[in-house]
Amino acid sequence: MAYKIITSQCTGCGACEFECPNAAIAFKRDTFVVNPKLCNECVGHFDLPQCNEVCPVPKTCVPDPAHPAGGDD
Amino acid sequence: MSAPVIPLESLRVSRAKAAPSACGGCGPSAEADSLPPEIWAKVKDHPCYAEGAHAFFARMHVAVAPACNIQCNYCNRKYDCANESRPGVVSERLTPEAAAAKVVAVARAVPELAVVGIAGPGDAVYDWARTKTTFALVRERLPELTLCLSSNGLAMLEHVDDIAELGIGHVTLTINAIDPAIGAQIYPWIFHQHRRWTGEDAARILLARQVAALEALVARDILVKVNSVLIPGVNDQHLPAVNAFVKAKGAFLHNVMPLISAPEHGTAFGLQGVRGPTAQELAAVQDACGGGARLMRHCRQCRADAIGLLGADRPPDFAGEPETADAPFDHQAREDYRCWVEVERADREAAAAEAALATRTVAAPALKIAVCTKGGGRVNQHFGQATELTIVEVDQAGVRRVGHRRIDNHCVGCTGTEAQLDAAIAVLTDVPIVLCAKIGPVPRRALEAAGLIIIEDDTAPYVETAAAQIYRDHLAGRDAATG
Ligand code: SF4
Ligand code: SF4
Repeated sequence: MAYKIITSQCTGCGACEFECPNAAIAFKRDTFVVNPKLCNECVGHFDLPQCNEVCPVPKTCVPDPAHPAGGDD
Repeated sequence: MSAPVIPLESLRVSRAKAAPSACGGCGPSAEADSLPPEIWAKVKDHPCYAEGAHAFFARMHVAVAPACNIQCNYCNRKYDCANESRPGVVSERLTPEAAAAKVVAVARAVPELAVVGIAGPGDAVYDWARTKTTFALVRERLPELTLCLSSNGLAMLEHVDDIAELGIGHVTLTINAIDPAIGAQIYPWIFHQHRRWTGEDAARILLARQVAALEALVARDILVKVNSVLIPGVNDQHLPAVNAFVKAKGAFLHNVMPLISAPEHGTAFGLQGVRGPTAQELAAVQDACGGGARLMRHCRQCRADAIGLLGADRPPDFAGEPETADAPFDHQAREDYRCWVEVERADREAAAAEAALATRTVAAPALKIAVCTKGGGRVNQHFGQATELTIVEVDQAGVRRVGHRRIDNHCVGCTGTEAQLDAAIAVLTDVPIVLCAKIGPVPRRALEAAGLIIIEDDTAPYVETAAAQIYRDHLAGRDAATG
């Protein structure tokens, strides 16, 4: 399952973009978004999804049920 | 072109007229005397480090570091950090190129500009590439500017060589606790080595990394200032121990800053009802730390995107000011200003020495005075325009600055004369006298009703001179005034 960012809660700090090992996160039109084609939930890189580990706002980087095709755990 | 931060002419009313030819003759100063010469040379034009410089030199912060690697309970990430060196919201997201261009634009309009810092709004070292690029660009265009860096220290150790190579001579580390049990009450989590740490583990890792960074910086002769946020009920009793510890590790200055906290800030502390310290509580902790690392008492917690003399922030003037890369740059105006400041500072030192002589014969207890000044070390501000009061203490040893009390941020959201008056009365319970250039009849009556003595002097005297005069007149009686 790919991750997504709940835009309404995002502070725009960019920490997730900085940490993402797959460069799946980018700043597009005023907000950070995950490219579900690139996100694999950090599998093979780290034990835990980096965007969710670093994000200062709880429940803002979350699994995206619309894109269940990412890396599997 | 925008006006300078403080109209230069308004500062130039002294016995020392602008006299560039006298440049280089900066006389001996009390501040200079208390420091080894090589350190004094590094800090004398730095408004955050040399108390005498903050009246004359401007510094700006550029907000190129939005991301943070720790969470502090006094910070709400949605509205940027309210503490450390950045109360208020940083309104811009800048790329390194845009930030460097802005620095050049400000330097063009403000010859007082001496320092460029990066302090946030997140952590300036976490995404080091952005900060490094910004500093390198500024260095290339305006090599004479002092570069300054503030950080929580968690990610710093690996970049200490870069910091030294960029010629960054001053680094600020925020260290709020040296006991993991106390640290855990301040930091809910840190992000380190690709995972989140919580509780005392987080506090322990953070402290170890801060200490390693501090030692590595000191080993490279980089001056380190340590900031601590005073959080009543959490680390107030603990800060003297922090002070002794950072001093032993080689920190050059320790700056104890008041927590800024209100429920409407949405911070953990704000929501838990943890309040900021009163001016008196802050002064008590600063006094308790007096014997350790040199304490800094004139810090104004400037915002991450602040521009101005300390205490006179004016970022809106420069918001989005366009910079044309090849417009001619007048280095002469900056040179002239520096020369004038050298003369003026020497003159002010002489006035302070004179004031010290004048108080020596007065046998009376120490007296605190709240002064309205907009820079230049002079009494030159209307009470109604003051957003903060400079507190000086006079006794037989002379006149010392002992702190600043803000009167603009007491209640978030309320503004205007009444709020300012209430704030002034609240922060001056231990200060009997207000000294200003002018004051309106309404605030005068209100302050006098609260028991304060108001003294007006519109001749813009040096703070030291005027304070010494008041000390003699008001405490010793006119008979003892000469000697
Ligand atoms: S889960 Fe990992 S790969 Fe996916 S967006 Fe977050 S950091 Fe990038
Ligand atoms: S880390 Fe969280 S708050 Fe920061 S940009 Fe990413 S999603 Fe937004």
